[in-house]
Amino acid sequence: MDIKNLKNYLYWLFCQFELITCSYLMEPWEKVLFYTFNIAMLFMVLYTAYIYVSIHISTAFQFCLHLLGNQHENAVSIVK
Amino acid sequence: VEPISLFSRLYKRPFNEAFEETPMLVAVLTYVGYGVLTLFGYLRDFMRQWKIEKCQNATEREEQKDFVPLYQDFENFYTRNLYMRIRDSWNRPICSVPGAKVDMMERVSHDYNWTFTYTGRVIKDIINMGSYNYLGFAQKAGTCQEAAAKVLSQYGAGVCSTRQEMGNLDKHEELEKLVARFLGVESAMAYGMGFATNSMNIPALVGKGCLILSDELNHASLVLGARLSGATIRIFKHNNMQSLEKLLKDAIVHGQPRTRRPWKKILILVEGIYSMEGSIVRLPEVIALKKKYKSYLYLDEAHSIGALGPSGRGVVDYFGLNPEDVDIMMGTFTKSFGAAGGYIGGKKELIDYLRTYSHSAVYATSMSPPVVEQIITSVKCIMGEDGTTVGKARVQQLAENTRYFRRRLKEMGFIIYGNEDSPVVPLMLYMPAKIGAFGREMLKRNIGVVVVGFPATPIIESRARFCLSAAHTKEMLDRVSVSSGLSFAHAFYKQIQQLFFCRLVQCLVHKLLNLMFKVL
Repeated sequence: MDIKNLKNYLYWLFCQFELITCSYLMEPWEKVLFYTFNIAMLFMVLYTAYIYVSIHISTAFQFCLHLLGNQHENAVSIVK
Repeated sequence: VEPISLFSRLYKRPFNEAFEETPMLVAVLTYVGYGVLTLFGYLRDFMRQWKIEKCQNATEREEQKDFVPLYQDFENFYTRNLYMRIRDSWNRPICSVPGAKVDMMERVSHDYNWTFTYTGRVIKDIINMGSYNYLGFAQKAGTCQEAAAKVLSQYGAGVCSTRQEMGNLDKHEELEKLVARFLGVESAMAYGMGFATNSMNIPALVGKGCLILSDELNHASLVLGARLSGATIRIFKHNNMQSLEKLLKDAIVHGQPRTRRPWKKILILVEGIYSMEGSIVRLPEVIALKKKYKSYLYLDEAHSIGALGPSGRGVVDYFGLNPEDVDIMMGTFTKSFGAAGGYIGGKKELIDYLRTYSHSAVYATSMSPPVVEQIITSVKCIMGEDGTTVGKARVQQLAENTRYFRRRLKEMGFIIYGNEDSPVVPLMLYMPAKIGAFGREMLKRNIGVVVVGFPATPIIESRARFCLSAAHTKEMLDRVSVSSGLSFAHAFYKQIQQLFFCRLVQCLVHKLLNLMFKVL
Protein backbone atom coordinates (compact mmCIF):
# COMPACT_ATOMS: atom_id res chain seq x y z
CA MET A 1 0.00 0.00 0.00
CA ASP A 2 2.78 2.36 0.97
CA ILE A 3 4.78 1.42 -2.14
CA LYS A 4 1.77 2.22 -4.34
CA ASN A 5 1.34 5.64 -2.66
CA LEU A 6 5.04 6.30 -3.03
CA LYS A 7 4.96 5.33 -6.69
CA ASN A 8 1.95 7.60 -7.30
CA TYR A 9 3.67 10.43 -5.50
CA LEU A 10 6.85 10.00 -7.55
CA TYR A 11 4.82 9.87 -10.77
CA TRP A 12 3.03 13.07 -9.74
CA LEU A 13 6.40 14.73 -9.03
CA PHE A 14 7.70 13.66 -12.41
CA CYS A 15 4.59 15.08 -14.09
CA GLN A 16 5.06 18.39 -12.26
CA PHE A 17 8.70 18.45 -13.44
CA GLU A 18 7.54 17.81 -17.01
CA LEU A 19 4.96 20.59 -16.80
CA ILE A 20 7.28 23.15 -15.22
CA THR A 21 10.12 22.63 -17.70
CA CYS A 22 7.65 22.30 -20.59
CA SER A 23 9.07 18.95 -21.66
CA TYR A 24 5.41 17.82 -21.74
CA LEU A 25 5.03 19.86 -24.92
CA MET A 26 8.18 18.74 -26.67
CA GLU A 27 8.41 16.23 -29.47
CA PRO A 28 10.24 13.00 -28.55
CA TRP A 29 13.59 13.94 -30.10
CA GLU A 30 13.48 17.31 -28.28
CA LYS A 31 12.78 15.48 -25.02
CA VAL A 32 15.77 13.21 -25.60
CA LEU A 33 17.99 16.24 -26.19
CA PHE A 34 16.64 18.06 -23.13
CA TYR A 35 16.91 15.12 -20.75
CA THR A 36 20.39 14.23 -22.00
CA PHE A 37 21.55 17.78 -21.35
CA ASN A 38 19.92 17.86 -17.89
CA ILE A 39 21.25 14.48 -16.81
CA ALA A 40 24.75 15.32 -18.08
CA MET A 41 24.71 18.58 -16.10
CA LEU A 42 23.43 16.83 -12.98
CA PHE A 43 26.07 14.13 -13.26
CA MET A 44 28.84 16.69 -13.62
CA VAL A 45 27.61 18.63 -10.59
CA LEU A 46 27.42 15.50 -8.45
CA TYR A 47 30.86 14.35 -9.58
CA THR A 48 32.39 17.73 -8.76
CA ALA A 49 30.66 17.70 -5.39
CA TYR A 50 31.92 14.21 -4.64
CA ILE A 51 35.55 15.15 -5.39
CA TYR A 52 35.80 18.66 -4.02
CA VAL A 53 33.18 19.23 -1.32
CA SER A 54 34.80 16.98 1.32
CA ILE A 55 38.16 18.74 0.89
CA HIS A 56 36.45 22.16 1.05
CA ILE A 57 34.51 21.24 4.21
CA SER A 58 37.57 19.96 6.05
CA THR A 59 39.57 23.07 5.06
CA ALA A 60 36.74 25.36 6.16
CA PHE A 61 36.37 23.47 9.43
CA GLN A 62 40.10 23.83 10.15
CA PHE A 63 39.91 27.55 9.37
CA CYS A 64 36.94 28.05 11.73
CA LEU A 65 38.67 26.15 14.51
CA HIS A 66 41.78 28.30 14.02
CA LEU A 67 39.66 31.49 14.25
CA LEU A 68 37.77 30.36 17.37
CA GLY A 69 40.97 29.09 18.92
CA ASN A 70 42.61 32.51 18.44
CA GLN A 71 39.59 34.29 19.95
CA HIS A 72 39.52 31.99 22.92
CA GLU A 73 43.22 32.64 23.54
CA ASN A 74 42.76 36.44 23.26
CA ALA A 75 39.77 36.42 25.63
CA VAL A 76 41.68 34.30 28.12
CA SER A 77 44.73 36.62 28.01
CA ILE A 78 42.57 39.75 28.66
CA VAL A 79 40.84 38.17 31.64
CA LYS A 80 44.19 37.17 33.04
CA VAL B 1 -7.52 52.64 2.24
CA GLU B 2 -9.01 55.97 3.36
CA PRO B 3 -10.92 56.87 0.17
CA ILE B 4 -12.50 53.41 0.18
CA SER B 5 -13.93 53.94 3.65
CA LEU B 6 -15.34 57.27 2.49
CA PHE B 7 -17.27 55.41 -0.19
CA SER B 8 -18.17 52.34 1.81
CA ARG B 9 -21.55 53.80 2.78
CA LEU B 10 -22.49 53.55 -0.92
CA TYR B 11 -22.32 49.77 -0.87
CA LYS B 12 -25.40 47.96 0.41
CA ARG B 13 -23.65 44.56 0.45
CA PRO B 14 -20.06 43.41 1.01
CA PHE B 15 -17.82 43.72 -2.03
CA ASN B 16 -15.37 40.80 -1.97
CA GLU B 17 -12.85 40.93 -4.71
CA ALA B 18 -9.43 39.33 -4.64
CA PHE B 19 -6.55 39.05 -7.06
CA GLU B 20 -4.07 36.95 -5.16
CA GLU B 21 -0.52 37.80 -6.02
CA THR B 22 1.54 35.32 -7.99
CA PRO B 23 3.72 33.32 -5.57
CA MET B 24 7.38 34.16 -6.21
CA LEU B 25 8.43 30.56 -6.82
CA VAL B 26 5.62 30.05 -9.32
CA ALA B 27 6.61 33.19 -11.24
CA VAL B 28 10.25 32.06 -11.37
CA LEU B 29 9.28 28.58 -12.56
CA THR B 30 6.98 30.06 -15.20
CA TYR B 31 9.85 32.11 -16.57
CA VAL B 32 12.02 28.95 -16.52
CA GLY B 33 9.38 27.18 -18.62
CA TYR B 34 9.15 30.06 -21.08
CA GLY B 35 12.97 30.20 -21.21
CA VAL B 36 13.23 26.51 -22.13
CA LEU B 37 10.55 26.90 -24.81
CA THR B 38 12.30 29.99 -26.20
CA LEU B 39 15.61 28.09 -26.49
CA PHE B 40 13.91 25.23 -28.27
CA GLY B 41 12.11 27.80 -30.43
CA TYR B 42 15.43 29.23 -31.56
CA LEU B 43 16.71 25.71 -32.25
CA ARG B 44 13.69 24.88 -34.38
CA ASP B 45 13.89 28.18 -36.25
CA PHE B 46 17.56 27.48 -36.97
CA MET B 47 16.70 24.04 -38.28
CA ARG B 48 13.91 25.46 -40.45
CA GLN B 49 16.22 28.17 -41.80
CA TRP B 50 18.93 25.67 -42.75
CA LYS B 51 16.40 23.24 -44.25
CA ILE B 52 17.19 20.47 -41.74
CA GLU B 53 13.48 20.41 -40.95
CA LYS B 54 10.48 20.98 -43.22
CA CYS B 55 9.06 24.47 -42.75
CA GLN B 56 5.30 24.27 -42.27
CA ASN B 57 4.48 27.84 -41.34
CA ALA B 58 4.13 30.85 -43.61
CA THR B 59 7.36 32.37 -44.92
CA GLU B 60 8.22 34.97 -47.50
CA ARG B 61 8.76 33.85 -51.07
CA GLU B 62 12.27 33.60 -52.53
CA GLU B 63 11.79 36.87 -54.47
CA GLN B 64 10.80 38.71 -51.28
CA LYS B 65 13.80 37.71 -49.18
CA ASP B 66 15.29 41.23 -49.36
CA PHE B 67 12.06 43.02 -48.46
CA VAL B 68 11.10 44.12 -44.94
CA PRO B 69 10.79 40.89 -42.96
CA LEU B 70 7.22 39.90 -42.17
CA TYR B 71 7.61 37.05 -39.71
CA GLN B 72 10.49 37.99 -37.47
CA ASP B 73 8.71 39.80 -34.66
CA PHE B 74 7.93 38.31 -31.26
CA GLU B 75 4.28 37.61 -32.08
CA ASN B 76 5.20 35.36 -34.99
CA PHE B 77 7.97 33.64 -33.02
CA TYR B 78 5.48 32.97 -30.24
CA THR B 79 2.86 31.64 -32.68
CA ARG B 80 5.32 29.32 -34.48
CA ASN B 81 7.01 27.86 -31.44
CA LEU B 82 4.69 28.08 -28.44
CA TYR B 83 1.12 28.44 -29.69
CA MET B 84 1.44 25.63 -32.26
CA ARG B 85 2.40 23.12 -29.57
CA ILE B 86 -0.82 23.67 -27.58
CA ARG B 87 -3.12 24.66 -30.43
CA ASP B 88 -5.41 21.65 -30.05
CA SER B 89 -7.15 23.27 -27.03
CA TRP B 90 -8.70 25.97 -29.23
CA ASN B 91 -11.02 26.07 -32.25
CA ARG B 92 -12.56 22.76 -31.29
CA PRO B 93 -15.59 22.14 -33.52
CA ILE B 94 -18.83 21.45 -31.68
CA CYS B 95 -21.83 19.88 -33.34
CA SER B 96 -24.77 20.43 -31.05
CA VAL B 97 -26.45 23.29 -29.19
CA PRO B 98 -23.97 24.71 -26.62
CA GLY B 99 -26.05 24.06 -23.53
CA ALA B 100 -24.86 22.54 -20.28
CA LYS B 101 -23.61 19.55 -22.28
CA VAL B 102 -22.28 19.66 -25.80
CA ASP B 103 -21.13 17.24 -28.51
CA MET B 104 -17.75 17.72 -30.06
CA MET B 105 -16.14 16.34 -33.17
CA GLU B 106 -13.05 14.36 -32.40
CA ARG B 107 -9.89 15.40 -34.20
CA VAL B 108 -6.33 14.16 -34.11
CA SER B 109 -3.07 15.58 -35.32
CA HIS B 110 -0.23 13.45 -36.63
CA ASP B 111 2.31 16.24 -37.05
CA TYR B 112 2.12 17.98 -33.67
CA ASN B 113 -0.79 20.35 -34.33
CA TRP B 114 0.27 21.71 -37.71
CA THR B 115 -2.67 19.93 -39.38
CA PHE B 116 -5.77 18.24 -37.97
CA THR B 117 -7.87 15.39 -39.32
CA TYR B 118 -11.30 14.34 -38.12
CA THR B 119 -11.64 10.75 -37.06
CA GLY B 120 -15.37 10.87 -37.80
CA ARG B 121 -16.31 10.08 -34.22
CA VAL B 122 -18.42 12.51 -32.18
CA ILE B 123 -17.64 12.83 -28.45
CA LYS B 124 -21.03 13.12 -26.81
CA ASP B 125 -22.17 14.90 -23.65
CA ILE B 126 -19.12 16.94 -22.77
CA ILE B 127 -19.82 19.21 -19.79
CA ASN B 128 -19.63 22.67 -21.26
CA MET B 129 -17.74 25.10 -19.04
CA GLY B 130 -16.71 27.43 -21.83
CA SER B 131 -19.89 28.75 -23.45
CA TYR B 132 -21.39 32.05 -22.31
CA ASN B 133 -24.69 30.54 -21.35
CA TYR B 134 -25.31 32.15 -17.97
CA LEU B 135 -29.04 31.55 -17.73
CA GLY B 136 -29.16 28.40 -19.80
CA PHE B 137 -31.23 29.80 -22.67
CA ALA B 138 -29.13 27.98 -25.27
CA GLN B 139 -31.64 25.20 -25.78
CA LYS B 140 -33.02 23.34 -28.75
CA ALA B 141 -36.43 22.72 -27.17
CA GLY B 142 -38.67 24.91 -25.04
CA THR B 143 -40.79 28.06 -25.34
CA CYS B 144 -37.98 30.19 -26.80
CA GLN B 145 -37.21 27.70 -29.52
CA GLU B 146 -40.89 27.23 -30.45
CA ALA B 147 -41.50 30.97 -30.67
CA ALA B 148 -38.36 31.43 -32.78
CA ALA B 149 -39.40 28.61 -35.12
CA LYS B 150 -42.84 30.20 -35.57
CA VAL B 151 -41.30 33.57 -36.42
CA LEU B 152 -38.87 31.84 -38.79
CA SER B 153 -41.80 30.39 -40.73
CA GLN B 154 -43.46 33.82 -40.75
CA TYR B 155 -40.60 36.21 -41.55
CA GLY B 156 -37.85 33.98 -42.93
CA ALA B 157 -34.22 34.16 -41.82
CA GLY B 158 -32.76 37.18 -43.61
CA VAL B 159 -33.73 40.84 -43.46
CA CYS B 160 -31.84 41.94 -46.60
CA SER B 161 -31.45 45.54 -45.58
CA THR B 162 -30.11 47.94 -43.00
CA ARG B 163 -32.19 49.49 -40.20
CA GLN B 164 -32.47 52.82 -41.97
CA GLU B 165 -33.54 51.46 -45.35
CA MET B 166 -36.01 48.58 -45.40
CA GLY B 167 -34.80 46.51 -42.48
CA ASN B 168 -36.82 47.98 -39.64
CA LEU B 169 -39.30 45.24 -38.71
CA ASP B 170 -42.14 45.56 -36.21
CA LYS B 171 -40.31 42.84 -34.29
CA HIS B 172 -37.37 45.21 -33.81
CA GLU B 173 -39.65 47.93 -32.45
CA GLU B 174 -41.24 45.42 -30.07
CA LEU B 175 -37.82 44.23 -28.94
CA GLU B 176 -36.56 47.73 -28.28
CA LYS B 177 -39.58 48.70 -26.19
CA LEU B 178 -39.20 45.49 -24.21
CA VAL B 179 -35.47 45.99 -23.62
CA ALA B 180 -36.07 49.57 -22.48
CA ARG B 181 -38.67 48.34 -19.99
CA PHE B 182 -36.36 45.55 -18.81
CA LEU B 183 -33.46 47.91 -18.14
CA GLY B 184 -35.54 50.72 -16.66
CA VAL B 185 -34.46 53.32 -19.23
CA GLU B 186 -36.46 55.56 -21.53
CA SER B 187 -35.50 54.01 -24.84
CA ALA B 188 -33.20 51.39 -26.36
CA MET B 189 -31.84 50.35 -29.72
CA ALA B 190 -30.75 46.87 -30.78
CA TYR B 191 -27.95 45.95 -33.20
CA GLY B 192 -27.07 42.75 -35.00
CA MET B 193 -23.59 42.26 -33.51
CA GLY B 194 -22.31 42.93 -29.99
CA PHE B 195 -18.76 43.84 -31.04
CA ALA B 196 -20.09 46.23 -33.67
CA THR B 197 -22.38 47.89 -31.09
CA ASN B 198 -19.33 49.12 -29.18
CA SER B 199 -16.98 49.80 -32.04
CA MET B 200 -19.54 51.61 -34.20
CA ASN B 201 -21.38 53.65 -31.58
CA ILE B 202 -18.57 55.14 -29.53
CA PRO B 203 -17.36 57.08 -32.61
CA ALA B 204 -20.89 58.46 -32.97
CA LEU B 205 -20.92 59.70 -29.38
CA VAL B 206 -17.46 61.24 -28.95
CA GLY B 207 -15.01 62.82 -31.36
CA LYS B 208 -11.92 65.03 -31.43
CA GLY B 209 -11.69 67.33 -28.44
CA CYS B 210 -13.35 64.82 -26.13
CA LEU B 211 -11.67 62.73 -23.46
CA ILE B 212 -12.18 59.01 -22.95
CA LEU B 213 -11.17 57.47 -19.62
CA SER B 214 -10.99 53.76 -20.19
CA ASP B 215 -10.26 50.93 -17.79
CA GLU B 216 -6.95 49.09 -18.22
CA LEU B 217 -8.59 45.77 -19.00
CA ASN B 218 -11.40 46.86 -21.30
CA HIS B 219 -12.53 44.61 -24.10
CA ALA B 220 -11.12 44.94 -27.62
CA SER B 221 -14.45 46.31 -28.93
CA LEU B 222 -14.34 49.24 -26.50
CA VAL B 223 -10.68 49.92 -27.31
CA LEU B 224 -11.39 49.81 -31.04
CA GLY B 225 -14.39 52.12 -30.70
CA ALA B 226 -12.37 54.57 -28.61
CA ARG B 227 -9.51 54.61 -31.10
CA LEU B 228 -11.83 55.00 -34.10
CA SER B 229 -13.52 57.99 -32.53
CA GLY B 230 -10.39 60.15 -32.58
CA ALA B 231 -10.82 61.33 -28.98
CA THR B 232 -7.93 61.44 -26.50
CA ILE B 233 -7.75 58.23 -24.51
CA ARG B 234 -6.37 57.95 -20.98
CA ILE B 235 -6.19 54.67 -19.11
CA PHE B 236 -6.84 54.20 -15.40
CA LYS B 237 -5.78 51.18 -13.37
CA HIS B 238 -8.20 48.30 -13.29
CA ASN B 239 -11.17 49.03 -11.01
CA ASN B 240 -9.04 51.57 -9.14
CA MET B 241 -11.13 54.58 -8.13
CA GLN B 242 -8.18 56.64 -6.87
CA SER B 243 -6.57 56.38 -10.31
CA LEU B 244 -9.83 57.38 -11.99
CA GLU B 245 -10.32 60.33 -9.65
CA LYS B 246 -6.79 61.55 -10.27
CA LEU B 247 -7.33 61.43 -14.04
CA LEU B 248 -10.64 63.26 -13.73
CA LYS B 249 -9.09 65.97 -11.56
CA ASP B 250 -6.21 66.42 -14.02
CA ALA B 251 -8.64 66.60 -16.91
CA ILE B 252 -10.77 69.28 -15.28
CA VAL B 253 -7.82 71.31 -14.00
CA HIS B 254 -5.53 71.16 -17.03
CA GLY B 255 -8.00 70.78 -19.90
CA GLN B 256 -6.84 69.85 -23.40
CA PRO B 257 -3.07 69.33 -23.86
CA ARG B 258 -1.86 72.37 -25.80
CA THR B 259 -4.67 74.86 -25.82
CA ARG B 260 -5.81 74.36 -22.19
CA ARG B 261 -9.43 74.59 -23.33
CA PRO B 262 -11.94 72.54 -21.34
CA TRP B 263 -12.75 69.12 -22.74
CA LYS B 264 -15.96 68.96 -24.78
CA LYS B 265 -17.03 65.71 -23.14
CA ILE B 266 -15.47 63.30 -20.69
CA LEU B 267 -16.64 59.71 -21.17
CA ILE B 268 -15.78 56.95 -18.70
CA LEU B 269 -15.74 53.46 -20.27
CA VAL B 270 -16.21 50.56 -17.87
CA GLU B 271 -17.56 47.04 -18.09
CA GLY B 272 -20.01 45.32 -15.75
CA ILE B 273 -18.05 42.09 -15.43
CA TYR B 274 -14.54 41.86 -16.87
CA SER B 275 -14.46 38.49 -18.54
CA MET B 276 -10.77 37.69 -18.10
CA GLU B 277 -10.58 38.64 -14.43
CA GLY B 278 -14.07 37.88 -13.18
CA SER B 279 -14.16 41.22 -11.39
CA ILE B 280 -17.19 43.47 -11.04
CA VAL B 281 -16.90 47.22 -11.54
CA ARG B 282 -17.20 49.43 -8.46
CA LEU B 283 -20.28 51.07 -9.87
CA PRO B 284 -21.46 53.13 -6.84
CA GLU B 285 -18.07 54.83 -6.64
CA VAL B 286 -17.89 55.40 -10.40
CA ILE B 287 -21.32 57.03 -10.37
CA ALA B 288 -20.39 59.21 -7.40
CA LEU B 289 -17.22 60.34 -9.22
CA LYS B 290 -19.11 60.92 -12.46
CA LYS B 291 -21.61 63.16 -10.71
CA LYS B 292 -18.90 65.06 -8.83
CA TYR B 293 -16.83 65.80 -11.95
CA LYS B 294 -19.78 66.09 -14.39
CA SER B 295 -18.71 63.44 -16.89
CA TYR B 296 -20.60 60.72 -18.76
CA LEU B 297 -20.61 57.00 -18.07
CA TYR B 298 -20.69 54.23 -20.68
CA LEU B 299 -21.34 50.88 -19.03
CA ASP B 300 -20.75 47.75 -21.07
CA GLU B 301 -22.84 45.02 -19.48
CA ALA B 302 -21.92 42.28 -21.95
CA HIS B 303 -21.34 39.64 -19.29
CA SER B 304 -23.36 41.03 -16.41
CA ILE B 305 -26.83 41.55 -17.94
CA GLY B 306 -29.00 38.63 -16.88
CA ALA B 307 -26.20 37.19 -14.76
CA LEU B 308 -26.09 39.58 -11.80
CA GLY B 309 -28.72 41.10 -9.60
CA PRO B 310 -31.66 39.63 -7.72
CA SER B 311 -33.94 40.03 -10.75
CA GLY B 312 -31.26 39.50 -13.40
CA ARG B 313 -31.17 43.10 -14.59
CA GLY B 314 -27.42 43.43 -14.42
CA VAL B 315 -24.86 45.24 -12.35
CA VAL B 316 -27.10 48.27 -11.71
CA ASP B 317 -29.64 45.95 -10.11
CA TYR B 318 -26.86 44.12 -8.22
CA PHE B 319 -25.79 47.32 -6.45
CA GLY B 320 -29.36 48.60 -6.09
CA LEU B 321 -28.70 51.80 -8.04
CA ASN B 322 -30.87 53.94 -10.31
CA PRO B 323 -30.54 53.06 -14.01
CA GLU B 324 -30.96 56.71 -14.91
CA ASP B 325 -27.56 57.45 -13.33
CA VAL B 326 -25.80 55.54 -16.09
CA ASP B 327 -25.87 57.66 -19.23
CA ILE B 328 -25.30 54.91 -21.77
CA MET B 329 -26.12 51.32 -20.85
CA MET B 330 -24.77 48.93 -23.42
CA GLY B 331 -25.08 45.19 -23.38
CA THR B 332 -25.14 42.10 -25.54
CA PHE B 333 -27.74 39.44 -26.13
CA THR B 334 -25.12 36.80 -26.80
CA LYS B 335 -24.35 35.77 -23.25
CA SER B 336 -27.44 35.47 -21.10
CA PHE B 337 -30.19 35.39 -23.72
CA GLY B 338 -28.92 32.66 -26.02
CA ALA B 339 -29.10 34.87 -29.11
CA ALA B 340 -26.74 37.30 -30.86
CA GLY B 341 -26.49 41.05 -31.00
CA GLY B 342 -26.19 44.07 -28.76
CA TYR B 343 -28.22 46.96 -27.47
CA ILE B 344 -27.73 50.48 -26.17
CA GLY B 345 -30.17 51.99 -23.69
CA GLY B 346 -30.48 55.51 -22.37
CA LYS B 347 -32.43 58.74 -22.71
CA LYS B 348 -34.79 59.13 -25.66
CA GLU B 349 -32.77 61.99 -27.23
CA LEU B 350 -29.61 59.89 -27.11
CA ILE B 351 -31.20 56.86 -28.76
CA ASP B 352 -32.92 58.98 -31.42
CA TYR B 353 -29.54 60.54 -32.18
CA LEU B 354 -27.95 57.09 -32.46
CA ARG B 355 -30.69 55.89 -34.81
CA THR B 356 -29.55 58.55 -37.26
CA TYR B 357 -25.82 58.80 -36.69
CA SER B 358 -24.61 55.32 -35.72
CA HIS B 359 -22.54 53.52 -38.37
CA SER B 360 -24.20 50.28 -37.40
CA ALA B 361 -27.69 51.62 -38.08
CA VAL B 362 -26.68 53.04 -41.45
CA TYR B 363 -24.52 50.24 -42.84
CA ALA B 364 -25.03 47.01 -40.91
CA THR B 365 -27.80 44.54 -41.62
CA SER B 366 -30.43 44.46 -38.91
CA MET B 367 -31.03 41.52 -36.63
CA SER B 368 -32.53 38.35 -37.99
CA PRO B 369 -36.23 37.82 -36.94
CA PRO B 370 -35.89 34.40 -35.23
CA VAL B 371 -33.03 35.77 -33.15
CA VAL B 372 -35.20 38.77 -32.20
CA GLU B 373 -37.98 36.44 -31.13
CA GLN B 374 -35.55 34.37 -29.04
CA ILE B 375 -34.51 37.52 -27.21
CA ILE B 376 -38.09 38.68 -26.71
CA THR B 377 -39.13 35.33 -25.27
CA SER B 378 -36.11 35.03 -23.00
CA VAL B 379 -36.44 38.61 -21.66
CA LYS B 380 -40.11 37.99 -20.92
CA CYS B 381 -39.12 34.77 -19.18
CA ILE B 382 -36.56 36.54 -16.99
CA MET B 383 -39.02 39.30 -16.11
CA GLY B 384 -41.66 36.70 -15.26
CA GLU B 385 -44.15 38.05 -17.80
CA ASP B 386 -44.71 34.68 -19.43
CA GLY B 387 -46.61 33.57 -16.36
CA THR B 388 -44.01 31.19 -14.92
CA THR B 389 -41.25 31.55 -12.33
CA VAL B 390 -38.70 29.85 -14.60
CA GLY B 391 -36.72 33.05 -15.12
CA LYS B 392 -36.41 33.88 -11.43
CA ALA B 393 -35.50 30.27 -10.65
CA ARG B 394 -32.71 30.42 -13.25
CA VAL B 395 -31.29 33.65 -11.86
CA GLN B 396 -31.24 32.17 -8.37
CA GLN B 397 -29.75 28.90 -9.60
CA LEU B 398 -26.92 30.80 -11.28
CA ALA B 399 -26.14 32.70 -8.07
CA GLU B 400 -26.11 29.44 -6.09
CA ASN B 401 -23.91 27.71 -8.66
CA THR B 402 -21.48 30.63 -8.57
CA ARG B 403 -21.11 30.60 -4.80
CA TYR B 404 -20.82 26.82 -4.60
CA PHE B 405 -18.30 26.44 -7.41
CA ARG B 406 -16.04 29.24 -6.25
CA ARG B 407 -16.03 27.89 -2.71
CA ARG B 408 -15.23 24.37 -3.89
CA LEU B 409 -12.30 25.48 -6.02
CA LYS B 410 -10.89 27.71 -3.28
CA GLU B 411 -11.09 24.84 -0.80
CA MET B 412 -9.11 22.66 -3.19
CA GLY B 413 -6.32 25.20 -3.07
CA PHE B 414 -6.54 26.83 -6.50
CA ILE B 415 -5.93 30.52 -7.01
CA ILE B 416 -9.17 32.05 -8.27
CA TYR B 417 -9.38 35.66 -9.37
CA GLY B 418 -12.28 38.04 -9.19
CA ASN B 419 -15.39 38.86 -7.24
CA GLU B 420 -17.24 36.28 -5.13
CA ASP B 421 -20.48 36.85 -7.05
CA SER B 422 -19.30 36.78 -10.63
CA PRO B 423 -20.21 33.72 -12.72
CA VAL B 424 -16.93 34.02 -14.64
CA VAL B 425 -14.34 31.99 -12.72
CA PRO B 426 -10.69 32.34 -13.83
CA LEU B 427 -8.49 29.58 -12.42
CA MET B 428 -4.82 30.49 -12.55
CA LEU B 429 -2.48 28.12 -14.35
CA TYR B 430 0.60 30.34 -14.89
CA MET B 431 2.89 27.85 -16.65
CA PRO B 432 2.70 27.40 -20.43
CA ALA B 433 2.74 23.59 -20.35
CA LYS B 434 -0.14 23.59 -17.88
CA ILE B 435 -2.30 25.49 -20.38
CA GLY B 436 -2.02 22.64 -22.88
CA ALA B 437 -2.12 19.90 -20.24
CA PHE B 438 -5.22 21.30 -18.53
CA GLY B 439 -7.19 21.60 -21.77
CA ARG B 440 -6.28 18.10 -22.88
CA GLU B 441 -6.79 16.36 -19.56
CA MET B 442 -10.18 17.96 -19.03
CA LEU B 443 -11.26 16.85 -22.51
CA LYS B 444 -10.13 13.31 -21.69
CA ARG B 445 -12.46 13.49 -18.69
CA ASN B 446 -15.30 14.80 -20.93
CA ILE B 447 -15.22 18.41 -19.76
CA GLY B 448 -14.73 21.30 -22.17
CA VAL B 449 -12.94 24.35 -20.80
CA VAL B 450 -11.50 27.50 -22.33
CA VAL B 451 -7.85 28.11 -21.46
CA VAL B 452 -6.33 31.50 -22.11
CA GLY B 453 -2.69 32.38 -22.67
CA PHE B 454 -0.42 35.15 -23.72
CA PRO B 455 -1.90 37.80 -25.99
CA ALA B 456 -5.19 37.88 -24.06
CA THR B 457 -3.56 37.86 -20.61
CA PRO B 458 -0.14 38.99 -19.26
CA ILE B 459 2.53 36.49 -20.19
CA ILE B 460 2.92 34.75 -16.83
CA GLU B 461 -0.76 34.93 -15.83
CA SER B 462 -2.35 32.34 -18.05
CA ARG B 463 -5.60 30.88 -16.81
CA ALA B 464 -8.52 28.57 -17.41
CA ARG B 465 -11.82 30.41 -17.53
CA PHE B 466 -15.00 28.65 -16.38
CA CYS B 467 -18.32 30.23 -17.38
CA LEU B 468 -21.02 28.96 -15.08
CA SER B 469 -24.57 28.43 -16.18
CA ALA B 470 -27.95 28.06 -14.54
CA ALA B 471 -28.24 24.83 -16.51
CA HIS B 472 -25.33 23.22 -14.64
CA THR B 473 -26.37 20.86 -11.88
CA LYS B 474 -24.51 20.45 -8.62
CA GLU B 475 -23.13 17.07 -9.56
CA MET B 476 -21.79 18.48 -12.84
CA LEU B 477 -19.95 21.15 -10.85
CA ASP B 478 -18.61 18.51 -8.46
CA ARG B 479 -17.30 16.48 -11.39
CA VAL B 480 -15.63 19.56 -12.84
CA SER B 481 -13.90 20.53 -9.60
CA VAL B 482 -12.67 17.00 -8.95
CA SER B 483 -11.37 16.71 -12.51
CA SER B 484 -9.60 20.07 -12.19
CA GLY B 485 -7.82 18.72 -9.16
CA LEU B 486 -6.70 15.65 -11.05
CA SER B 487 -5.57 17.52 -14.14
CA PHE B 488 -2.10 18.31 -12.81
CA ALA B 489 -2.85 21.95 -12.11
CA HIS B 490 -3.68 21.06 -8.56
CA ALA B 491 -2.79 22.81 -5.32
CA PHE B 492 0.88 23.08 -6.23
CA TYR B 493 0.85 26.67 -5.10
CA LYS B 494 -0.57 26.22 -1.62
CA GLN B 495 1.70 23.26 -1.07
CA ILE B 496 4.72 25.30 -2.02
CA GLN B 497 3.72 28.08 0.33
CA GLN B 498 3.40 25.71 3.24
CA LEU B 499 6.35 23.68 2.13
CA PHE B 500 8.68 22.48 4.81
CA PHE B 501 11.61 23.21 2.53
CA CYS B 502 10.92 26.95 2.50
CA ARG B 503 10.56 27.09 6.29
CA LEU B 504 13.76 25.12 6.71
CA VAL B 505 15.65 27.49 4.43
CA GLN B 506 14.33 30.49 6.35
CA CYS B 507 15.40 28.98 9.71
CA LEU B 508 18.83 28.15 8.37
CA VAL B 509 19.30 31.65 7.03
CA HIS B 510 18.32 33.15 10.39
CA LYS B 511 20.69 30.85 12.27
CA LEU B 512 23.55 31.63 9.90
CA LEU B 513 23.03 35.36 10.33
CA ASN B 514 23.05 35.02 14.12
CA LEU B 515 26.24 32.99 14.00
CA MET B 516 27.92 35.57 11.79
CA PHE B 517 26.99 38.37 14.17
CA LYS B 518 28.39 36.41 17.09
CA VAL B 519 31.66 35.64 15.36
CA LEU B 520 32.31 39.19 14.18
